[in-house]
Amino acid sequence: MRIRLNGAEKQLAASRLDEALDALGYKDAVIATAVNGRFVPAARRADTQLYDGDSLEVLAPMQGG
Amino acid sequence: MEFYGVTLSSRLLLGTARYPSPKILEAAVRASGAEIVTVSLRREGGDQRAGQAFWSLIGELGLRVLPNTAGCHSVKEAVTTAHMARELFGTTWIKLEVIGEADTLQPDVFGLVEAARILGEDGFEVFPYTTEDLVVAERLLEGGCRVLMPWGAPIGSARGLNNLFGLRALRAHFPDVPLVIDAGLGLPSHAAAAMEMGYDAVLLNTAVAEAGDPVRMAEAFALAVDAGRLAHTASPLEPRDMAAPSTPVLGKAVLA
Repeated sequence: MRIRLNGAEKQLAASRLDEALDALGYKDAVIATAVNGRFVPAARRADTQLYDGDSLEVLAPMQGG
Repeated sequence: MEFYGVTLSSRLLLGTARYPSPKILEAAVRASGAEIVTVSLRREGGDQRAGQAFWSLIGELGLRVLPNTAGCHSVKEAVTTAHMARELFGTTWIKLEVIGEADTLQPDVFGLVEAARILGEDGFEVFPYTTEDLVVAERLLEGGCRVLMPWGAPIGSARGLNNLFGLRALRAHFPDVPLVIDAGLGLPSHAAAAMEMGYDAVLLNTAVAEAGDPVRMAEAFALAVDAGRLAHTASPLEPRDMAAPSTPVLGKAVLA
């Protein structure tokens, strides 16, 4: 399955969001996620399926004004 | 001073971006005495972890964070970002920015009012980055905002308080609403002027972060904010057009 992760194409084996995040290197990271422009709370990641062509945004804390 | 029921003693809110290094950021925050720092959220790759290091630093500072929706140009973007920030930072506070114009980073006040209402209904405590427009301020308050953050000047411009009349009118019109000057300050004297005018606090970032010595500048701003506040509570004189001699005339010798 191919998805877009933060705007870049990625090949993924896992289709569940929580498993996909682990596979993409985010295990234990402080992050927030959105799929196709919709916020997916951490508690819903295990119930969220990713599909071919989905767009996944993974955000982390960053400096801001 | 209270923001949404939280009592604060420092009237300086500080941004965390654009510092030369994390160490200087930490020292500047401490020198400023700020109890609230603004933060943001951005894309992170699984192999990067820059955000994780930043989050550790903020944790060590032990301060309250105010996440922003910087860079959002639509209501949908801002609302979604706010939801992600609430989960990431564990706070219902959100510095709501809906940008309407790229050159001045002027708020899109129509989108701002709509986003503030949506977020307020969803349990957020919104700090809207707005203009000095009285009607917009009224709409934001109707939408549930209990703090307003008008700009002093365009973000990062260091121009100070661009519209003194408008800012004075806003202060006078909403005497009981916490008002924070957000953006555009360049010098401690700008912050002092805002505080003398009766503003409750100032929020700044670039003026400190991009100064030659950010730590020293943070301290300078802290002193200016305190001085301005003290002056405001001391009932400053109203300006007058003609001179009024400070030395008493009574008893002056006739020597001419």
